[in-house]
Amino acid sequence: MKRSIEIRNHLREVHHFQNRLAISAGFVLFLFLLLLARFYYLQVLESEHYHTLAEDNRIFLSPVVPNRGLILDRNGEVLAENYSAYTLEIVPNKFTDLEATINKLATVIPIEEVDRRRFKKLREDNAKFESLPIRTRLSEEEVARFAANSYLFPGVELKARLFRRYPKEKSASHVLGYISRINNNDLVKLEADEVLANYKGTNHIGKLGIEQSYEKELHGIAGFEEIETDSAGRKIRVLSRTQPVSGNDLTLTLDAKLQEIAEKAFGDRRGALVAIDPSNGDVLAFVSKPGFDLNLFVNGIDFTNWDLLNNSIDRPLNNRALRGVYPPGSTFKPFMALAGLELNLRTPQHTISDPGYFQLPGSSRHYRDWKAGGHGRVNLHKSLVVSCDTYYYELANDLGIDNISKFMGQFGLGKKTGIDIEGESAGLLPSQEWKMSRHKERWWPGDTISIGIGQGYNLATPLQLAFATTIIANKGSAFRPRLVKRIRNSKAGETLEIAPQLLYTLHLNPDNLEIVRNALKDVTQPGGTAAAAGAGASYTFAGKTGTSQVIGMKQNEKYDEKNINDRHRDHALFIAYAPTENPSIALSVLVENGGHGGSSAAPIARIVLDYFLLGKLPPVNTAEKSVDGGIEDVHD
Amino acid sequence: MSMTNVRPWHFLTRYIDSFLLLSILLVMAVGLATLYSATDGNLSRVTNQAVNMAVALVIMWLVANIPLQYMMRLALPIYVVGIILLIGVTLFGEINNGARRWLNIGITRIQPSELMKIAVPLMMAWYFDKHEATLRLRDYIVATMILLLPVLLILRQPDLGTALLIIFSGFYVLFLAGLSWRIIIGLLVAGAGSLPILWSMMHGYQKKRVMTLIDPTEDALGAGYHSIQSTIAVGSGGIMGKGWQNGTQAHLDFLPEKSTDFIFAVFSEEFGIVGNSLLLLLYLLVIGRGLVIAVNASTQFTRLVAGSITLTFFTYIFVNIGMVVGILPVVGVPLPLFSYGGTSMVTMLLGFGILMSIQMHPTKLVKT
Repeated sequence: MKRSIEIRNHLREVHHFQNRLAISAGFVLFLFLLLLARFYYLQVLESEHYHTLAEDNRIFLSPVVPNRGLILDRNGEVLAENYSAYTLEIVPNKFTDLEATINKLATVIPIEEVDRRRFKKLREDNAKFESLPIRTRLSEEEVARFAANSYLFPGVELKARLFRRYPKEKSASHVLGYISRINNNDLVKLEADEVLANYKGTNHIGKLGIEQSYEKELHGIAGFEEIETDSAGRKIRVLSRTQPVSGNDLTLTLDAKLQEIAEKAFGDRRGALVAIDPSNGDVLAFVSKPGFDLNLFVNGIDFTNWDLLNNSIDRPLNNRALRGVYPPGSTFKPFMALAGLELNLRTPQHTISDPGYFQLPGSSRHYRDWKAGGHGRVNLHKSLVVSCDTYYYELANDLGIDNISKFMGQFGLGKKTGIDIEGESAGLLPSQEWKMSRHKERWWPGDTISIGIGQGYNLATPLQLAFATTIIANKGSAFRPRLVKRIRNSKAGETLEIAPQLLYTLHLNPDNLEIVRNALKDVTQPGGTAAAAGAGASYTFAGKTGTSQVIGMKQNEKYDEKNINDRHRDHALFIAYAPTENPSIALSVLVENGGHGGSSAAPIARIVLDYFLLGKLPPVNTAEKSVDGGIEDVHD
Repeated sequence: MSMTNVRPWHFLTRYIDSFLLLSILLVMAVGLATLYSATDGNLSRVTNQAVNMAVALVIMWLVANIPLQYMMRLALPIYVVGIILLIGVTLFGEINNGARRWLNIGITRIQPSELMKIAVPLMMAWYFDKHEATLRLRDYIVATMILLLPVLLILRQPDLGTALLIIFSGFYVLFLAGLSWRIIIGLLVAGAGSLPILWSMMHGYQKKRVMTLIDPTEDALGAGYHSIQSTIAVGSGGIMGKGWQNGTQAHLDFLPEKSTDFIFAVFSEEFGIVGNSLLLLLYLLVIGRGLVIAVNASTQFTRLVAGSITLTFFTYIFVNIGMVVGILPVVGVPLPLFSYGGTSMVTMLLGFGILMSIQMHPTKLVKT
């Protein structure tokens, strides 16, 4: 009985087993089908997607940096160019003891103190994972030496990089600007402009002047190499290469030789000079002194040099011509004179008797003329030639601030000229509204008086003064000042000539203009305030001297030139154009703490004009000599 | 088996199931070719693997020649020795990659958990055979104990992959021995209920693996990297694949463990869905033959052993491929007959040796 149960059980278990095995087989098939379904999903439906991912894995787009465009002067002289050189680069965060690595490196390749300082500053300014140069411009011997020892320095790489060179070093430094390593702010800006991809391999970007403002033209279009890499990022082979397109070459309106002569004419003095072709707005020279060596910035400037430049009392980094604002002083007078004539408040015949000061009716305050005792009888012509202050105090009072403000605005004062580099200052052309909003105070009649001689709230940049001068020089036409006249497109091989931009034409009465122009011509003639600077010129040139006060004078204080701190001396100004009949150049000169416009600023103008019009080179040390022009009395 | 056959190689083929052998050899051949590609044409690795295969085939042949009676007698001793070695591992084992899996027995290092993959189903089948036809709930409980003892020891090492596979092999024995559905469902529910407890017992890296299965991109460069890169490899293989030795994921080193646990990704990238389907078909031939052997087996012991070995073999395949295509967590389970390595190869072929022995030895009804 028991046995029969067992047999029955046995058979039942066999049956059970086969049943269970069948279920298992079904289970196996089901799961295999599940796998097949997954294969179908991955390899058929989503194949494209995964194919792309696999390609992204293996193909690395390595940017090929384009050559930056050249910058040439108007005669084709090179002002900024590129050269290729080897650098030693380190990614700082790959090292725990960076100092030790650099010390070790110094046993193979000379690493100067300045290199260490520069590297330190680069580290502070850049993200930690970036490759930074510890040494640049390695000689061939150094390259060979490092290559032989490179196994000792994992993580230190020798790289061939393109560098920028400014052959003229300090010349035109503020106009050209420089390129420097891309920092975090630049990155944010590049991203906002949606051009970040184009800068993938680029290390440098324009930071100032033309280099900054024409970054888009100069940079070019990055090329790409499709590189197959393994998972460790090792290069296997180059699959394809898209050539980069070099940046566009810029031809400036600047005349490098003229620029250099102008810079030399300043000697050690601080100041600015802007020379413009009045017929088209071409900036021929654009000087801000002192300058600085642009090449210092290219590879990253070190702390010491940076401190020297940044903390120097002479503020060499400041672009005085573009951003420096100064009271225009008496260079304001020709425009005042024109205003008086145009608004019919003055005639050429109108004559005043100058007692040496001006008094507002009902006020005891004396507005003093620069010449004690006055100039005697003064008409409009004489007022400009001798630079009579009293005449313009009175004229300013008669015109009123609203008229002055409106009229001077036409000459570009108080607003940016729109020159094609960034950072321009607008200066200040005071008005009633301006004073109310700025000082929360009404405009007093007394405020107007000193405006008449370009003092008071008046502020202008040397560029603005030069621009205003061009408008008188070419009888009313205002061309936008420009630094770039030609762009050579590397891609198309085409050259684009940039047309001069006529901003507007002032419809001035030709007679009035002629009266002022005549007076300006006589400024450089015997008897004029710039007679010394004009002496012996084989061409005629018109000008106006100016002095701009650095410190305010009390009512009865006398300006004592000899005992005053050098830095508190007045700034010397001069505006000019030549030849007088058909001017091809208009300029403004500013000499900081130069004292008199006639004796220190005008001679610089003369040197520039001599070279520009006659091709005459200044004798050595002319600048220094001409300061002592020998005119004792002509003050303004 | 006729004794008239006197061909000289008769002793070689006598207990060999040719269908099974042929299927296995086919898979191995494809495996070697894939390994050649996965190792970037490293002939010494391929030769090594070929030697592994040869050794495993010899072991298979030896096992196939052991008659069932001996096999049954060996079940208990093997199991006991295995448990002793596992305890040895717990006490004296060598730590490798944070896990204590190896035991140095003087001559060589061994991994006792590998032995248990065979020993556990043998032991359980032996127990069920002893109690054939009088099976009661108590027997299933005892069998479960036989299963759980080594599993717990292996989990302590820790070696989740091996423990899971042993659980599966033991479960297949229980299942095939007729464990009632109510209990199975009860176990499943209990299992699901114990998941939180299991979770709390898991090691950090094991938890991470489970988490990355749910969302591999969460840790794309860490734990999810394996899964993402292997999925990319498979997906980018497309229909026809990139061609032998042309897989970019494999050859540019984006695939981790490409000659061992992730070798299927290499195969899949280079041969596409067509290759995948053919490979599954080959595996299905092996599994199908194993199931046929199980159906034909005459005793409770052989039935259960054959069924469990075959289903465990399938489990390896499914878990490995499932892991490579991103539907299962990354557990250290090799692809049978494919992945580089001697241990698993030997274990697999030892199992097939048992299958052949079951199929080829003359039937003797032990119980009658």
